[in-house]
Amino acid sequence: MTVNVGDAIPTFTRATGFANWNRYAAVNDEFVPIHMDDEAGAAAGNGGAFGMGNLQWAYLHNMLRDWMGPNGEILSMEVQFRSPNVKGQTVTAHGVVTAVEGDVVTLEVWTDQQEGTKLAPGTAKVRLAQ
Amino acid sequence: MSNISEAMKAAVGTVTARTTSYPISESDIRKWALAVYWPDKPPAYFIDPAEAAKTVHGGIVAPEDFNPFAWASAGHESLITNSLRAGTNDPDSTEKSLGIEGPGLTFMLNGGMVCEYGVRMRAGDVITSEASVGEYSEREGRLGLMLFSRSISTWTNQKGEMVKRTTGTLIRY
Repeated sequence: MTVNVGDAIPTFTRATGFANWNRYAAVNDEFVPIHMDDEAGAAAGNGGAFGMGNLQWAYLHNMLRDWMGPNGEILSMEVQFRSPNVKGQTVTAHGVVTAVEGDVVTLEVWTDQQEGTKLAPGTAKVRLAQ
Repeated sequence: MSNISEAMKAAVGTVTARTTSYPISESDIRKWALAVYWPDKPPAYFIDPAEAAKTVHGGIVAPEDFNPFAWASAGHESLITNSLRAGTNDPDSTEKSLGIEGPGLTFMLNGGMVCEYGVRMRAGDVITSEASVGEYSEREGRLGLMLFSRSISTWTNQKGEMVKRTTGTLIRY
């Protein structure tokens, strides 16, 4: 695979809401009221229930994995959860290459919603398969 | 007025607990992959041993973001002797586990994570997590004065190999 600085990798997109969040809660035992109940989410200042930061994290990993294939390696990731993923948003994970050193690639990564507002920006470092 | 007390500052660096997972099963890995890729199917190498055997891993490995401690753990050793009682969703649970009073803020959010990965997790692995207290900081945000507290967890497998080291940031307000 030839990779250059500035390359955008294929995105990973999901429509989000309770159907995604409840499945994630079920495997991660993450039944926190702000993710399960609109009143609890609204009381926390976000208008209603909102999705788990950990699921945004997972979508970013899925994007990198789908791009690299199973023989690539995610070395590190750093993400900030800046804006809540509220019900009905279409969330897309993005990645743009910022550095290439041999088989190690650094990317700016982020999730955003359908209007382009970034939800979880960060960086990732991966090692591509030989 | 700061929400970071002298007792909270003094607690930074404290190793608080060691938790050991039950052995990871292929079923655990499949369910995780199905949830995080839903509604599409996850890659076959998370589901089908024959497909996974074709990869460099030689078999099914867990997604890097997999949590082997969800629902139940095989063992939990608290390394703090004078903890205070706290509910599961108590925003002050970190401080109470250390035996000190928390700031008493109402809401908490996952502020972000930094994670370095080592070896992959696979079926049969038993993972040990060692938790420690990271730095505190605070700044004004759109919902008022926000407290940022960091927790560090280092996971190793039964061979002593590092699986991952995560620094998580909890935001309270």
